[in-house]
Amino acid sequence: MTDTTQLWIIIIALGLGSFGLRFAFLGLVGDRAMPEWVLRHLRYTAVAVIPALVAPLVLWPTATGGEPDPTRLAAAIATFTVGYLTKNVFAAMGVGATVLVSLSLML
Amino acid sequence: MAAGTAMSSYWRGVRDGLPFLAVVGPFAMLFGVLATEAGLAVHETMGFSIVVIAGAAQFTALQLLNENAPTLVIIASALAVNLRMAMYSASITPHLGPLPLWKRGIAAYFLVDQTYAQSILDCERNPDQTTSEKFAYFLGVMTPICPPWYLFTFLGAILGESIPPSLGLDFALPIAFLAMIGPMLRTPAHRIAALASVILALAFAWLPYNMGLLVAGLGGMIAGAQAEVRLGIKP
Repeated sequence: MTDTTQLWIIIIALGLGSFGLRFAFLGLVGDRAMPEWVLRHLRYTAVAVIPALVAPLVLWPTATGGEPDPTRLAAAIATFTVGYLTKNVFAAMGVGATVLVSLSLML
Repeated sequence: MAAGTAMSSYWRGVRDGLPFLAVVGPFAMLFGVLATEAGLAVHETMGFSIVVIAGAAQFTALQLLNENAPTLVIIASALAVNLRMAMYSASITPHLGPLPLWKRGIAAYFLVDQTYAQSILDCERNPDQTTSEKFAYFLGVMTPICPPWYLFTFLGAILGESIPPSLGLDFALPIAFLAMIGPMLRTPAHRIAALASVILALAFAWLPYNMGLLVAGLGGMIAGAQAEVRLGIKP
């Protein structure tokens, strides 16, 4: 499907690029103090990016070719609800996985 | 003194990172299976997981390789998926920034969704830790996540097609992320940031090259920061 040279160009470029992105602030900024407005925005990075990453995957799963899927939707709602109520990441994962697997087996 | 507390921070990190294995294992395995099915050799599949070490970007690249997309489009798209890593880097800098450069290099290489999310959660919960305790905790969280990422990619590549696709493995990552969101919604500002980000992500999902994720991420950050200022919320 693809030749080896192209593949390794992609792998190495992605490796360097990903490391560059991860190192960008950590490596270059170091322990210099950052202005308060920057810190204020950074407090919300995780809570802004992770829901944005997950929302389209929940509504339009890749595995179903983008068609909304009741099983995955139910598992998603269960996971989020348990996580929100218990504040326990692993309880949420466990319940979500259980709902996903049992509904997949039933349907 | 420091060595002892760093050791206990490390093991606390290992313990907190361990449950992610249940998610990382299947996901890495799935990558191994799909990559070999797409025609990659085992060592090429391993190259992806070791050099790139970023699940979503690896899947993006794989998908586009299957579609015979141009090399530059593949690189640009997968890096766009990874732009959030720069935000993680910025976000964890106040905690790990004082480390020597080579340790910051190590932290940067292992800064993935799960290590970031778990470490930042712990830094915020226990703000009185020293930098070396935070770094030890980070390495602890990384231990049951990153080496298994390589190992299970390898197992997946070897096992090939023997995993039934109906098992719902594709949804392992969304489940892991969804589980992390609930505990993050500590203040109204966090809830506003998350809500804004979901709305923007869905509204801009049509943007090519995953740019919708970047719009939503930036929009959510701004919404959270604005909410904090306007509602006078204590961070």
